[in-house]
Formats: sequence, structure tokens, C-alpha cells
Amino acid sequence: MALLSVTDLSVSIGRLKPLDGISFDIGKGEIVGMVGESGSGKSLTAMSVMGLLPLIGGKMTSGSIRFDGIDLATLPEPRYRALRGRRIALISQNPMTSLDPIIRIGAQIDQVGILHLGLSDAAAKARSIDIMRQLRIPEAATVHGNYPHQLSGGMKQRVVIAMALAADPELMIADEPTTALDVTIQAQIIQIVVDLVRERGLSLMLITHDMGVVAQACDKVVVLYAGRVAERNGIDAIFGEPQHPYTRELIRCIPRHDQLRGSLTGIPGAVPSVMDYPSGCRFHPRCADALDICAGAIPALEQKAAGFAACHAAINAAGKVSAHG
Amino acid sequence: MADEAQAQLPSDNLVAVRDLTREYKSSGGLFSTARSMRAVNKVSLDVPRGKVTGVVGESGCGKSTLARLVLRLIEPTAGRVLFNGADLASLAPAQLRKLRCSMQMVFQDPYSAIDPRYTIRRALLEPFEVQGVALGKGEQEDRLIALISKVGLSPRMIESYPHQLSGGQKQRVGIARALALSPSFLVLDEPTASLDVSIQAQIIGLLEALKQDLGLTYLFISHDLSLVRYFCDRIVVMYLGRVVEILPGARAEARHHYARTLMDSHFVPDPKHRKAVTLLVGEIPSPFNLPPGCAFAERCPAASPLCQRERPLLSEHATGHLVACHHPA
Ligand SMILES: Nc1ncnc2c1ncn2[C@@H]1O[C@H](COP(=O)(O)OP(=O)(O)OP(=O)(O)O)[C@@H](O)[C@H]1O
Ligand SMILES: Nc1ncnc2c1ncn2[C@@H]1O[C@H](COP(=O)(O)OP(=O)(O)O)[C@@H](O)[C@H]1O
Ligand code: SF4
Ligand code: SF4
Ligand SMILES: [Mg+2]
Ligand SMILES: [Mg+2]
Repeated sequence: MALLSVTDLSVSIGRLKPLDGISFDIGKGEIVGMVGESGSGKSLTAMSVMGLLPLIGGKMTSGSIRFDGIDLATLPEPRYRALRGRRIALISQNPMTSLDPIIRIGAQIDQVGILHLGLSDAAAKARSIDIMRQLRIPEAATVHGNYPHQLSGGMKQRVVIAMALAADPELMIADEPTTALDVTIQAQIIQIVVDLVRERGLSLMLITHDMGVVAQACDKVVVLYAGRVAERNGIDAIFGEPQHPYTRELIRCIPRHDQLRGSLTGIPGAVPSVMDYPSGCRFHPRCADALDICAGAIPALEQKAAGFAACHAAINAAGKVSAHG
Repeated sequence: MADEAQAQLPSDNLVAVRDLTREYKSSGGLFSTARSMRAVNKVSLDVPRGKVTGVVGESGCGKSTLARLVLRLIEPTAGRVLFNGADLASLAPAQLRKLRCSMQMVFQDPYSAIDPRYTIRRALLEPFEVQGVALGKGEQEDRLIALISKVGLSPRMIESYPHQLSGGQKQRVGIARALALSPSFLVLDEPTASLDVSIQAQIIGLLEALKQDLGLTYLFISHDLSLVRYFCDRIVVMYLGRVVEILPGARAEARHHYARTLMDSHFVPDPKHRKAVTLLVGEIPSPFNLPPGCAFAERCPAASPLCQRERPLLSEHATGHLVACHHPA
């Protein structure tokens, strides 16, 4: 059984319907990538799982979210609080939203162990320093006594990750954890987190727009487009035999150094806005394969080859790529 | 001076930069003394005509400062910029203003270049006004339609306001503005960094087509290493204000240890070729307090006592391949 099962999740915020029928699973020990253009609903999916929608005035209008058999959608807030940050931890894009600027770093990490695991002050501190070392924070014992402003952005993000790990969670959700950082630092943090997650057998939902990170780190991928799942598939299929035209085009948008000059063209048109999502298949105005029915009928997410795709044209994308090129 | 510059300036270089330096001082606070740092430190490089020269490096290493110095949007503390062999510093204001038409910049944030209260029409006419180019009514209309079509937008958009456009469309307007005065040289400072991948690829495709059609030369600044490898003919790697390596081609192997780490830091979009990223120790030194030797010594796996002591100079290791390292890989 999957550790996390999201089924037919729809969310509304006021009159907007930013998520529409999202379904996916994360198994124990799996790293699942969630990709999509800005506004496609990645962060809202994460917030739904964390039970944080009320904070932004959003609510689930359909679907279920089950974590280890627990129905999160109907879970009363006090019980949710015991789960959040303990069994499910969130790492957000901006480390400063998770750190208190006036409290020493060490105290903030220790607090997690004291609160969630019932450790003594001394035991929590030893454990924090150990986790900081595992995240390769140099001079961890010294940094433990520092304030957030004394650290670089990359180090701050490592501290946030240490806080997430300190509760010994089963599922981590990392929402673009390194987007604000430099490439070398980004690569290092992703590498360290993925190694640790694998070593401890944790499950990770990795939200990113970097297909390189996905290719290197993930077992499975959920591709979102305009608030719906376009495709769900194993990592090799996503890159080798994408089933949805959007996935296929997304992969063609990644520049490769051995690629012919002038062959990078992007996907025509613009990313649609939640204020006016297109009818039928929301990708239809940009899709080269669009059929007559695409503008009118919403394609259901159905099994295609080894994965799932929401597309009226049952295409073999691998064949399609060669036909285009 | 001019002769020496000519001698080291093969005619196929549209722009040449020599020992360019820009110093910034932090004003001393109550308890600290004023300190100074060099955002760009004795940078020399050539920008070959008709080619794309890439500049990469971490945040704060001086890429944008270099871009602004090259276009003389800011004054250098020392050093020279030669455009078509002419030293920008030696030009009379009128000459410099004329030359500015030939050198334009495209910014990362398309919003920053366009006043939100201006229609696209006004945004596109502004460069002509600034340069004092008077256009007749009919000519104005023709120019605008030609410009906006060139960047793949519909002429119907001319009366739109920026908030009515998507990020990609705004960046197209930014490019159209830069093209208004028919430049030969464009400095592109992370032009796609704030765009989605599918739109980034559109814009790169557009820049490629424009370069072909108009015979442009680009200086292209980016964080995205796979993009730089795809798009650039040469790659300049900067670290803390200095050039540490110039790669003669997109496929050339880096030899400076920082440049190698940087080039290694990109995750290859291929799940069949998984490869661990080399982990570094240490942190980037403060630009206000640089070590005497190689600025990368503290983080470099190959550092020796010599590296701590003496700063390595940029020297040619193969044709067009310059490296500043005591122990190149
Ligand atoms: N006007 C200024 N006054 C003082 N310091 C400045 C000024 N402009 C830039 N700097 C400093 O110069 C250094 C280089 O800045 P620059 O903007 O060129 O970096 P960059 O390589 O473009 O970085 P990024 O990748 O973040 O855009 C930085 O340390 C920056 O803080
Ligand atoms: N607090 C909010 N209020 C209103 N709309 C929101 C809010 N948060 C997100 N949205 C909208 O929901 C959609 C999905 O957003 P998000 O999940 O943040 O996208 P992503 O993380 O994929 O970029 C977007 O159209 C966004 O504008
Ligand atoms: S349903 Fe139609 S428009 Fe949508 S992706 Fe498939 S072919 Fe394209
Ligand atoms: S000069 Fe020395 S410290 Fe600097 S990159 Fe080369 S080997 Fe490393
Ligand atoms: Mg987001
Ligand atoms: Mg910059």
C-alpha cells in the first residue's frame, strides 16, 4: 500500500479552482518528482497534503488524501498538528519562512526533537549536531550556536532541512528547496538530501521545475499542467517514452549541449492562467497533436503503456518524436 | 595605447575588454571602517563578432557589473572597453551616444525595463526618443510593426499594457526594445531566468533566429549551465570578480577546479546516466576580504601551499583556452 495516496483532489480558493482532480501515490522509500510550469498547482498540492489550505483561504472541494491509512481530509486540526512536522515534514523554497531570525539555529532544531520525540535538552542537542553533520554543515557545533543571519543562503537551507529531518519523518515534501540558491550550492544540497533520503528509506515528494534534478533523483514523476495531472509515469518512461504531448514537449525544451543549433523552439503560446483555463484539454491551444474533440471534452487520466496520461490522442510519443525531428 | 590595443585585437573581435575593474566601497558604520571590494577585478576578454560568448559564475561574482561596464552604463574604476577597436573612454559624448545605438542590453526582469504605465507602443518608441531619432508618422507605424513582428508578437498588441502580457511576451517586448536602434551587439543578462522552461526555450529560439537574420553578436550571462552549453560558442567562467577560465567551445572540458565544479553542478536530464555531484567543503570567501592566493583555494581539492600564497594568472593552455590555475586538472 502506498504511504501517501492522493485521489481526485480538487481545491478552490474563492472563485478560482486551481486544482482539479489530482491523483497520485507515493510509496514507502520512493522519490516522486512533481513538475509543471509556474501556477500549475505544485505548491497547492503540497499545501493540501500538509493541511495548510485554510491558511490561504483555500478548501478541498473533492477527493481524499490518505497517509498511512489515515484520511487527512477529515482529520481534526489537533490530530493534524501531531502529524505535521512530525511524520510529514515540509521544506519550503524560502528558508527564512521556516526560521525565526531572533532564535539561535541550534535551539530551533533542538525544539523539534524535544517537542516531537520527547528528547531531553542534551539529547536533542546531540542529535541536532549529528543531523547537521550529516547535512555536511561545516563546524556544526559552532553553527548550532549561531543566528540565522550569520549563515549563507545555502547553509540556512541546510538548517531548514535539518529541522525537517530532526522529527524523523516518514514523508518529506520539498517544494523547490534550492531554487533561490546558486547552482553549485543547489546541486550539493539536492545530492545530500537525496543520499540521506535513500539511506534512511524515507519517502520524498520533490517539487521542482528542473528536469535535470528529476532525471537524476526521482523514481516516478507527476507532470502537472494547469491544475490537472497530464501524466504520471516511471522516470525512464518520462524521458524515454513520454505518453502525453505536454511531457514530450517539456523534455524537448531542455537544452542539450550536443543538440543541433536552432532546434530549441519551446512550446508555442503561453502558460494559461487560472483565471481563464481553456475548455476541454487545457493544453489544447498549444498542442501539436490536438484533435477536434480536444477543445470540448476533458480527457480522463487513463493507463497508457506503463503509466497514466490524460490525452484523447492515444499516441506513442517515442514514435512521435522521431516523426517530428 | 591605441596601437597596442589594435595589436592584441584580431579584427574578428567586435568587443574587447582589457583589465576592466570596478571597485565598490561600503560606507563605514559607527563601529566599522569603510571597506572596499572589486565587483569586477582586472577582467580581460574578447567577444568575437557573430558569436555567442557566455559568462557564468555564482551569484555576486560580478556578471551583471561586467555587463554594465561593457555597455558603459557604469564607469570603470580602471581598464578599457574597445568596441570595433575604438576605446569607449576616448570617445566624445556625441560619439559615445551614437555608438550606444549599436550596443544594447536585455535584462532578466522584463518588467524592470518597461514602465507599467506605458503601452507597448510607448515602450518601443522610447529608444528612438532617447536617441533623438525623429520618425515621421507613417515611418513610426512601419517601424513598430516591423519590430513587434520580428519578435513574434502580433501588431495588435501595440496598444496593450505590460500587465496584459505574459512573462514571455514581456521579454519579447524587452528584446524588441533592444533591437529598435538596429544594434550589432546585445548583452543578455539572464534573459530567461524568470521564465518557465517551455517559454525559455521559445525565447532562446527567437534569440538564435535574430542572431542569424541580423548578424548579431551576443554576450550572454546565465546561471543555467545546460543552456550556456547549448547556446554559447565560448564560455567565460568568473569567480569573485575575476575570470578564472575561458573555454574555447561549449564542449571543451574545464581545467580550473572551480570551473570544473561549476560545470559538474548541473544535473544531466537523462535518468540513464546518473552521476553523483562532487561535494565541496568550505564556503565562498567574502569579497571584502579575499585571500592573497587563489580565491578558490579554501574549497579546492587540489590546493597546494603555492595556491594559498600566489594568485594564479590567466594563461593560454591551448588555442583560445585560458586558465588561471597552478595545478590545472
Ligand atoms: N552599486 C553597487 N554598490 C555596491 N556593491 C555593488 C553594487 N553593485 C554590485 N555590487 C556588488 O558587486 C558584486 C557583483 O555584483 P553583480 O550584480 O555584478 O553580481 P552577479 O554576478 O550579476 O550576480 P547574480 O548572479 O546574483 O545576478 C556583488 O558582491 C554585489 O553585492
Ligand atoms: N493564496 C492564493 N490565493 C489565490 N490563488 C492562489 C493562491 N495560491 C496559489 N494560487 C493560484 O493557484 C494556482 C496554483 O498555484 P501554485 O500551487 O502556487 O503553483 P506552482 O507551485 O505550481 O507554481 C496559481 O494559478 C496561483 O495563482
Ligand atoms: S487531449 Fe488533445 S490537446 Fe490534450 S494533449 Fe491530448 S491531443 Fe493534445
Ligand atoms: S590555483 Fe590552486 S587552489 Fe586555485 S583552482 Fe588551481 S589548484 Fe585549486
Ligand atoms: Mg510553487
Ligand atoms: Mg546579475
